[in-house]
Parts: sequence; structure tokens; C-alpha cells
Amino acid sequence: MNELVAAVPWLGKRNPTAARWLIIIIAIAAPFIAWQFGRSWVRILDFALLYMMLALGLNLVVGFAGLLDLGYIAFYAVGAYTFAFLASPHFDIHLPFWLILPLGAAFAALAGIMLGFPVLRLRGDYLAIVTLGFGEIVRIFMLNLNHPVNITNGPQGINMIDPISLFGWDLSRNIRIGEDFTINSLFLYYYFFLAAVAASILFIQRLQISRVGRAWAAMRDDELAAKAIGINTRNMKLLAFALGATFGGVAGALFGAFQGFVSPESFSLMESIAVLTMVVFGGMGNIAGAVVGAFVLALLPEILRDVAVPLQQTLFGHVLLDPEVLRMLLLSLAMILMMLLRPAGMIPARARYCHDKHLSATLKQEALK
Amino acid sequence: METLIQQFINGLVIGSVYALIALGYTMVYGILGLINFAHGDVLMVGALVALQTMLFLMGMAPGMSPLVMLAIALAVAMVICMLLGFTMERLAYRRLRNAPRLAPLITAIGVSFLLQTLAMIIWGRNYHTFPQLISTTPLQPIPGVFVTPVQITIVVVSALLMVGLLLLVNRTRIGRAMRATAENHRVASLMGVDTNAVIALTFVIGAALAAVAGVMFASNYGIAHYGMGFMPGLKAFTAAVLGGIGNLGGAMLGGVVLGLVESFGAGYIEHFTFGFLNSSYQDIFAFIILGLVLIFRPTGLLGERVSDRA
Repeated sequence: MNELVAAVPWLGKRNPTAARWLIIIIAIAAPFIAWQFGRSWVRILDFALLYMMLALGLNLVVGFAGLLDLGYIAFYAVGAYTFAFLASPHFDIHLPFWLILPLGAAFAALAGIMLGFPVLRLRGDYLAIVTLGFGEIVRIFMLNLNHPVNITNGPQGINMIDPISLFGWDLSRNIRIGEDFTINSLFLYYYFFLAAVAASILFIQRLQISRVGRAWAAMRDDELAAKAIGINTRNMKLLAFALGATFGGVAGALFGAFQGFVSPESFSLMESIAVLTMVVFGGMGNIAGAVVGAFVLALLPEILRDVAVPLQQTLFGHVLLDPEVLRMLLLSLAMILMMLLRPAGMIPARARYCHDKHLSATLKQEALK
Repeated sequence: METLIQQFINGLVIGSVYALIALGYTMVYGILGLINFAHGDVLMVGALVALQTMLFLMGMAPGMSPLVMLAIALAVAMVICMLLGFTMERLAYRRLRNAPRLAPLITAIGVSFLLQTLAMIIWGRNYHTFPQLISTTPLQPIPGVFVTPVQITIVVVSALLMVGLLLLVNRTRIGRAMRATAENHRVASLMGVDTNAVIALTFVIGAALAAVAGVMFASNYGIAHYGMGFMPGLKAFTAAVLGGIGNLGGAMLGGVVLGLVESFGAGYIEHFTFGFLNSSYQDIFAFIILGLVLIFRPTGLLGERVSDRA
């Protein structure tokens, strides 16, 4: 939050309290503003929050621990499919949400450890390719495990997944108050996801300045030196994979329930790359970076879709670049240009790795600059 | 027995294509320590440019002999890909040579997706039929075993190119400069080697080989599309690692071995898993091999140089 506050242009440095309230107000008011432009925009915001959660989780692995994971979307898939298996007519199991969520998280964490063990000794680019392979293997299994026993229902995916229901309160139903006032279910999901993202940020923030966070930073900056000062890099790496995967799993479970439908198509390599781009764009190793990166790169393609397509219609008379192409173009250019021009991302990481109360007054002042 | 020989031939053909692509990876890795993620997409560009040239030639000079047409298309594809390789190195990778370890890799991923997107814009999302200019009528050297002339051409051309490359690297002045740069940049440049030129040349040679591989790959399967480079690229990378990355002979060996494993694996997986898994799992063999090699023998089959660079 502090980093996010400091990142607010102009206001963040002069009046942090005001900046903090500004962020909170924007976060709460966002769906109402989006609603003015149409229902679909609230939905896009909901997805942006899920991407934020993914970016936060991947940032843990890539940014904090320095392990480039290109198969991150596999954990998202594990979470989503867990929810789909345990709360849909597919196996005719309908477990309550509060039971599935931890299960999804646990399965994803397990998958993270399963991936982590074999790749412990690998670094940098090798690690990237092996994790990519892991993601692809998961996708290939999702695509093909409908034969001879139908587990994943193949390319068709699983639909009619139960919506999120918090203690009997179904989030997918609009709430009617009085005669002419209803709260759309998209708003309910928005605030629920917002709460989840806020909790994640809080957790990760504490984690970053904890022993574990500092150990990750040491490992990322110099693995040999970290080992030499007594950090158990094996456990730290496994922990990074497991915790990162947990966030992916939770986001995946929420995604499955929100969308009501999962299929292997949602978990392609392109999505892994998209989440990575969000982290890179915002700034690796930085909570604010992940949040801003996810927000910008989840919304921008949608805005482009609304602006660029009609623009092309009027300019050329037909659509040259369809929205999907535009999205890929945007993501790949963002990745290349950020690396060439601003490798630290939009909001460069400046974490202090120290509890606030231990910081001297001057350092605190500097941190806000 | 026929199936066995048939799988062997199929594996050899696809393996020699992998080997050609793997050479590009391994040369760049040997010199820069960079995994050029976009290498597979250079292959795709090569195939699509060749396709475009062929269609153009068919329209302009319908009477032209197929072999001449193929040669022209191949030459055009190679030139375009060489330019592409040069541009990539110059614009993206050169600036990042001293950047933190993850930066060049992330850039390479970006370049890969950029190439795919551009190809999607130019050629659309559809699968294109790749003209079969060399006959695909199967011959039967042994009853029950089929080999097409395309397949024979692929193996022969790959073998010739690999021998050529080995001669270039081991017998010429340029090759010596390349080896010196791979050994140590700075010392090589002190000895008067223009390392920037050598690195650019490496990218250019790799891209040319990828273009040839792309045309072969497309001719073998008869199709070309914007995403065709990704999987062979990854598999060729696996082949390079399997053979020992940075080692030219290793890349060739790795490619052929990977092709064989894949071909036999796809042929027999159903048998071994009692019908639970089938040939649609073909693509996972490469990843499993990659994982196993990196865990148990990170230096690969022939490699000695352990790369500790991130």
C-alpha cells in the first residue's frame, strides 16, 4: 500500500494520507464509473482484479525470488479445474465454496512444489523453459484427459460451475432493494474480489519484509552469497513456488466460479506471458508494480477494442487489426520496450526490507520520494 | 518390424529438422549465453515467406520447373530471415548484452510473440496449404515401409548443411573468430576479432538455417501458419540441451535422438500405458526429456561446458 501510495503522481509525495484515501475511493467507486459505460466494463474490472491477483502471485516468484516462471498459468488452471470438479454437475459434486477454496489453493501449492523439486538446481533461462514445458504439459493433459476416462471433458471444458456462495449468499444473484433498485451481481463479485486482492496485498507486504522475504531478496541478488550466509535456498525456492502457486490457485478457483465455465483455452501460454508482462510492465519485485501493471494491461486491450476497431472502420472501411491481434501486439511491444527502455518497470522497486518502526525518520521521508 | 522401421524413418526426418533448428540455438547460446526464444518464429517466417514467393512465382511464371521454383523460394526465405536475424540482434539483443540476467530472455519472449503477431497480421490466422514441389508419392524401399522423396531430400539437405557448418566453424578464419568469441568475448576482441560482427554473423547464420528448416518442416507437413514455429522451436531447444548446449555436434545428435524418441514414443505410448495415453500426448516427450536431462545430466550428451550463467 505504501508503495502504491508513493506511486500516485504528484499527490503521493506531498500528501500520502490524501493519496491513500484517493486510492481507496477509486477502488470502491471504480465499478460505478465503469457501469456508466456499460455492463461489460464492470465485468472487465472483475477480470482485472483476478489478473491483479495472478500478477501479485507471479511477482512473488519472479520479482521477489528471481525465479522466472513461464508456466504460471498452470496453477491458475489447477485452481479453476479444482473448483470445476468439486462444484459442478460434471461429477455431480457440489461442495461449499469455503471448502473448495482452500482445497484449490492446496492443490495449486502442491503442484508448485511438484514443479519446484525437479527445477531446484536450474537457474534463469533453463528454469524459464522447463516451467514453460510444465505449463504446456498441464494444458496437454487438460486437453486430452477425456479419454478413456472422461476427467477434464477435453477441449469442451466444464460448464455450469456453481457460483460463489458465501454462507448461503449467492453472489451471482442480483440483490433487489425496494422496487426499482438492484445491485448487480457483477458488483458483488467486484467487491469480493477486491477484498481478496486487498488481503493478498496485505499478506504479501508483510511477507516481503519478513525473514522469508529478505531471504528471497538475498537469493535473487546472489544465490551463492545467500547460501554462504546460511539461507536454505532449497526451502526458500520451494516456498516461493508453493506460495506463488497458491495465489494462482485461489485466483483460478475464483475465476472458475465467476465465469461458470473452464476450458483449456483459458490457460494457454499466451496467458502466462500476459501475466508476466503485467509484472514486468509494472516493475518486478514490487507490489504496486504488479497491481498497476495488471490494471493497465488488463484494461488497455479492452479500451483499444472499443476505440481502435471503430476507428479502423472509419479510416480504412474495414477492420485491419482485430482486438486479439491488438492485445498480442500490445503485450509483446510492452515487454520488449520495457526491457529496452525502462527495465525496472513503470514503478521501480524500492522496497526497504525492514519493518517500518525500525526505519529512521529520514529514511521514511526518502522512501516516500 | 515394418512399423519399427517406419517410425525410425519418420523420427530421422523430423529429427534432422530439429537438428538444423537446434544449431541456431546452440550457436547463439555458445557465444552469448542467451536463449534466443524467437528462433522458432524465424522458422515460421521462413516458411511463410517461401510460401508467398512460391505463390507469386506460380502466378508469374506457371511453366517454371518446380525445383527452380523451390530454390528461388528458399533463397528468398533465407535472405529475409537473415535480415530478420540481423535486425533482431541489432535492435533488441545488442543493447541488453550487459543487462541483468532476466532482461534478454524476457525481451526474446517479447520478440517471439511480436513476430507471431506480425505474421498473423500479414498472413492471417488460417492454415495455409504449402505447395508440395517435390513429389510426395511414397516409395517403398522395403515392402510396408514408406519414404517420400520430400523426406529423403530433407535428410540429405540437412546433412549437407550440417557438414558445411562444421567446416565453416572448424576450418575457416571466420569460424575461428566465432570460436574465440564463444570462449571469451573480451579476450577475443583484444586479439583483433570484431566481436560485434561475429555475433551478428552468428545470428544471421542461425536464421538462415532456421529458414531452411522452416521450408522443410512446412513441406513435410504440407501446411504453414503463424504459430507453426513455436513447438519445433521448443523441441529444437530441447535437442540443443540434450546434445549439450553450445556444442554443434551435440545439437545435431540431440536433434536426431529427440526426433527418434518422439516418433517411437508416439507410436508406442498407447501400447505401454494400456490405452490410457495416446499419440495426442506426443508433444510432452520433449518436455519430459528436457526436464530429465537438466536434472540428471545438465551438460547434455556431448557437452563439457557447464554454463553457470543464469
